[in-house]
Amino acid sequence: MQLLMFYILGFGAVLSASLMVTNVRPVTAAMNLILTMFFLSGIYVLLNAHLIAALQIIVYAGAIMVLFLFVILLLNVHEKEGETARRKVMIQFGSIVVVGTLFIVIANLAAIDPSLVKAGDAVSGVVNQFGTTKAVGNMLFKDFLLPFEIASFLLLAAIVGAVILGKRRIDDSK
Amino acid sequence: MVSLNSYLILGAILFSIGAVGVFTRRNVLIIYMCIELMLNAVNLTFIAFSKFLNDMNGHVFVFMIMAVAAAEAAVGLAIIISLFRNKATIYVDEINLSKG
Repeated sequence: MQLLMFYILGFGAVLSASLMVTNVRPVTAAMNLILTMFFLSGIYVLLNAHLIAALQIIVYAGAIMVLFLFVILLLNVHEKEGETARRKVMIQFGSIVVVGTLFIVIANLAAIDPSLVKAGDAVSGVVNQFGTTKAVGNMLFKDFLLPFEIASFLLLAAIVGAVILGKRRIDDSK
Repeated sequence: MVSLNSYLILGAILFSIGAVGVFTRRNVLIIYMCIELMLNAVNLTFIAFSKFLNDMNGHVFVFMIMAVAAAEAAVGLAIIISLFRNKATIYVDEINLSKG
């Protein structure tokens, strides 16, 4: 059952990600990316990460992608037919590098001995608490309090930066 | 029972799709979405290791990555808007302001 769910969700994620990359229209691409995020959220549930699965939908599919859609609709750019890079050599070289690296990575990943990674499973005391909001919250507000506060400052800086950049009009005349 | 390798391979495939998108597309908004897809693939890898090593630090890492991604999206889209105001294009081969 778990295996079946993994294959359905994984295949859906890869399919919608490919559609996102190949689609010409930005709005359709954004919708496909949202679909990918929903599939990934399902995979997080399979991995017992319940809080992260909810945050994936709320923060990524909800907040970030809505911001993307707003900007796409705001800019209102006419699509060009089959817009890809003019430098064909660059595309071919880049794709060969990426696909080759993927091939090597997958060959190596398939060869990992699972017994090396299973070591942590012996500690089963926290298993029924694993990934719940309570457990993640406990870690976040006890062990990782300082990084949490720094993240809030980062978000504040991002808000201020976004407002200033959105307002400013760069002067072209010199 | 799904093995750790399957999750890592899925993460690698999604990351590569994102990387190919960054290389081949010219629309700056779609390039930006591909970067988000790559961040998501890394998140998947973190969560998978977190489960199989039975260590919840990975969840906190993913939380922080989400916060950084939100900040990055806000600032990046503001930059794209202010760029569009000045150049009226979102195709990266027409944006060559810093050409030497």
